[in-house]
Amino acid sequence: MNRVIVVGASLAGLATARSLRAQGYDGELVVVGEEPHRPYDRPPLSKEFLAGTTDIADLTLEADGEHLGIDWRLGTRADRLENGRVHLDDGSTWTYDGLVIATGTRPRTDVVGARLDGVHLLRTVDDALALREGLRRGGRVVVVGGGYIGSEVASTARAMGCEVTLLVSGTTPLHHALGPHAVAVSDLHHRHGVEVVTRARVTGIRPSGGSLVVHLADDRQLPADRVVLGTGAVPAIAWLDGYGIELGDGVLCDPTGGTSLPGVVAVGDCSAWFDPALGRHHRKEHWTSAIDQAPVAARTLLGGEAPATAARRAPYLWSDIHGSRIQMAGHAELADTCEVETGSVADGSFVAVYRRGGHPVAVLGVNQPKHFMSVRRRLVSIPAVPSLQGATA
Amino acid sequence: MIPVCPLSALPRGEAVRVEGDVPIAVFHTEDGEVLAIDDTCTHQDASLADGWLEGCEVECPLHASRFNLHTGAVDAPPAKRPVRTHQVHIQDATVYVTLSEDEPNLPPGVSAGSVGAAP
Repeated sequence: MNRVIVVGASLAGLATARSLRAQGYDGELVVVGEEPHRPYDRPPLSKEFLAGTTDIADLTLEADGEHLGIDWRLGTRADRLENGRVHLDDGSTWTYDGLVIATGTRPRTDVVGARLDGVHLLRTVDDALALREGLRRGGRVVVVGGGYIGSEVASTARAMGCEVTLLVSGTTPLHHALGPHAVAVSDLHHRHGVEVVTRARVTGIRPSGGSLVVHLADDRQLPADRVVLGTGAVPAIAWLDGYGIELGDGVLCDPTGGTSLPGVVAVGDCSAWFDPALGRHHRKEHWTSAIDQAPVAARTLLGGEAPATAARRAPYLWSDIHGSRIQMAGHAELADTCEVETGSVADGSFVAVYRRGGHPVAVLGVNQPKHFMSVRRRLVSIPAVPSLQGATA
Repeated sequence: MIPVCPLSALPRGEAVRVEGDVPIAVFHTEDGEVLAIDDTCTHQDASLADGWLEGCEVECPLHASRFNLHTGAVDAPPAKRPVRTHQVHIQDATVYVTLSEDEPNLPPGVSAGSVGAAP
């Protein structure tokens, strides 16, 4: 193998490049990135980086003095994959012996008015810098979206002195991710002065005398100086469509990251690896999943022996909302019971364990990192619970 | 040398945090090695003794940075700087640590004596 091309210069792409080198690959290694920046960490973009307490240098993902021997092609997008060649938007075409697809996701923008001045998305460091400038001017901010980004931006904007309204489509923010105890996050928002509007459906954003108005389906109109759309993301795989690689909700992969094309693997948010326990392809938009997949995909590409087991760990993610540390691991959607085992929801410090048939399948911790980890380590992996096989297929 | 605990109080797969100006984490790996590093993650204030021990690596409980217990090197981001390693001695079935004389790599906002990662 003489040339490996990695398309995507964020966490998953860098981690796979690192794994290739760690596993002994010493050929040409080209990394293509659409943004002009070297790989950086995205979770802080809605938290401390947005608040301005850390700067770009703090986000760098490469270690001090790390030299991976990479030919960086930054500020360049891959346009298509045709006849074993990657075509870049600078007009160059590249043959490869191995290809790593790590193009991540793009934010959804299917709201009328999404492109108006004062309407922000949050995916890149440049998005975050623009939003930071806006939030520093204060005023009324409407955040659309009930996921982690929405709640984190609402929290940061509030701490920066803005008047914040958070619009969520369900009954609480993070209901989908956290289940019944998502109410703890609602409480945090209320206590910190963020107005949460539930069951909100945005019909459009319109300009109004130098500012904006967010229109809801129930005819309510919310004036705003700026609007942040945190309405989810879709895999950035349009560039692959029609070139013979199997796509679904992401690039479809086998359980070791291999795609339908020989010599091509996919990792991170843009990939949907087949999960034998769930009996289906499953796209995980988790920071830790990208890290866990990288060594497995590198091994697949290099043709080594069976991969390590790390990719089978329960997914884990964290969030910081109004100064509270929220941690979630496992598959809460599989649970049939959920109990608080330590602390109390009312006090904003607790650990809740989600079980199916008595087996712990997920754990939520708020301001309880030590106890959270002790439960996370005991989470039953899905194959160990026969009743779960195919449960969410 | 700082006495840590009887070896019998630190089963394989477990870790103990030793308080001090700069807290230390002592790990007993599944392979039976006893290894010591600075307890505080170099990325943000978190106790590595509470982390996920696998082989001779520990993963930070908060943001999943991984450190090699033998060398202190960062094996996975977001951390960028290594933790210090400390010499471990076992005498009369008791674990002792000799502290490194290097400067610790503490995370932003944390200085010796102000580490607050305890639960």
